[in-house]
Amino acid sequence: MKLETIMAGFGGQGIMLMGEILAHSAMMENKEVSWIPSYGPEMRGGTANCMVVISDRRIASPIISHPDVLVAMNKPSMEKFSPLVKPGGLIILNISMIDDRPARGDVDILEVDAGKIADALGNSKVANMVVLGALVGKTGIVDKKTVLNSIDCFLPSHRKSMYEINEKAFIKGLELMAGVTLKGVG
Amino acid sequence: MEKLLMKGNEALAEAAIRAGCQCFFGYPITPQSELPAYLAREMPKRGRVFLQAESEIAAINMVYGAAGAGARVMTSSSGPGISLKQEGISYLCGAELPCLIVNIVRGGPGLGDIQPAQSDYFQATRGGGHGDYRTIVFAPSSVQELVDLVYDAFDLADIYRNPVMILGDGILGQMMEPVVFREKPRRQLPPKTWATTGKKGRGQNIITSLYLDPVKLEQHNWKLDKKYREIMARECRWEVINGDDAEYFVVAYGICARIAFSAIEMARSAGVKAGLIRPVTLWPYPQKAFDDVMNRAKAFLTVELSLGQMIDDVKLSVNGRAPVYFYGRPGGMVPTAEDIFNEILKMKGASV
Repeated sequence: MKLETIMAGFGGQGIMLMGEILAHSAMMENKEVSWIPSYGPEMRGGTANCMVVISDRRIASPIISHPDVLVAMNKPSMEKFSPLVKPGGLIILNISMIDDRPARGDVDILEVDAGKIADALGNSKVANMVVLGALVGKTGIVDKKTVLNSIDCFLPSHRKSMYEINEKAFIKGLELMAGVTLKGVG
Repeated sequence: MEKLLMKGNEALAEAAIRAGCQCFFGYPITPQSELPAYLAREMPKRGRVFLQAESEIAAINMVYGAAGAGARVMTSSSGPGISLKQEGISYLCGAELPCLIVNIVRGGPGLGDIQPAQSDYFQATRGGGHGDYRTIVFAPSSVQELVDLVYDAFDLADIYRNPVMILGDGILGQMMEPVVFREKPRRQLPPKTWATTGKKGRGQNIITSLYLDPVKLEQHNWKLDKKYREIMARECRWEVINGDDAEYFVVAYGICARIAFSAIEMARSAGVKAGLIRPVTLWPYPQKAFDDVMNRAKAFLTVELSLGQMIDDVKLSVNGRAPVYFYGRPGGMVPTAEDIFNEILKMKGASV
């Protein structure tokens, strides 16, 4: 088992955190993991991405050329990374911010209206947890309970009141898996 | 034992505290700034000294002072800052003072950029400062190894009374992997009878690298030479991956070795008997790793994030017994596993 995921979007959308929570969950299930951020002269509103590798064997390169899964939280990320996804792979699109669709007929495309769902829950910032829920629901790479524990771990003590809305957002993403549009093969 | 998900820079900092580092002196620079940031927060809480100096030159000379007084001490920086520290490193070697110096390498020359590079290999292994001196250089390739080598770096520095360098790169510093902090059994370390701790009845201790009498300076250099030879005989470290039946070897260290590992797996799938030699010490260079495989090695491919620096040591180690090829990406660019795989195929094609 090996799953290579690239997560990308605007700085401020919680891209790094989404990746860290996924990596942390996998580690708690005794899998091998690596997480690499894009780093450079970055700022809020600029682009951000991270690469997460989860494997049951020692991880060779933590740098991903062709991901199994792409999470694109905005249009520039979809345009940049969707051509790199492995045939038969998965692209999760935050369609709240993307009106276009990738020109790929050989991958699964999962459309998640993450921004709208997060807004309905009362906080647009939890869109990342909606998407994380969809990813975990679709791939089954880690157990839902492990992710909820990791979300709790990442909340500092003075922010524990935010757990509930993050949990709701994550579960919403998981549940979406039943009714969401699937396109392409696989 | 508890497993934590940590960035390389922060894991290194935590390991230094657990290894008993008493003082840190440094000046911030990307991509290693999380290291001093972590220590700035944690060192005072645990009764240690953290000091952000006014410059890298000040920092390395504070290291000299603290090491001379017998403290377990470290500094860290990236390429441009390490260049500034060269004079101090030469003095530390001349005065035989133990310390840990961390270089999380970025693209150069000059101010360069802040992306990962391995272009400080010559500076680290040949000595960027003046005089006949050597520093032990460790090149970890995972966050766990980074942590494990910190303990060894401090201990070897004390055992040999010599600076030890950890040569990382921007990716290793920034990436997160699971780490376990092992409480290693402490080595028996020699007492620091030479340190300037106040005479209190004993004879005078002088910390210096100044020997105006050339007879005495020559003696001092021969003494250093004897120490360096001991280190070369005892402290070489390396890892060989898929080497048992390999005919074509990639040689790479640090983050490059991780990517090369993926390329080796691709080559194996394509029916090429490929292996990886990963030096863990860059000085002393593990020549034996090459001797061990020479009976079956048809060619070597050195892969570096530079224009080609370690390749000199690969050629010295191979010593004409097989062809040595090179593939590198300088300036902060990183090759893909496919790139290296293609170079392995080229090596095989050229060597048949």
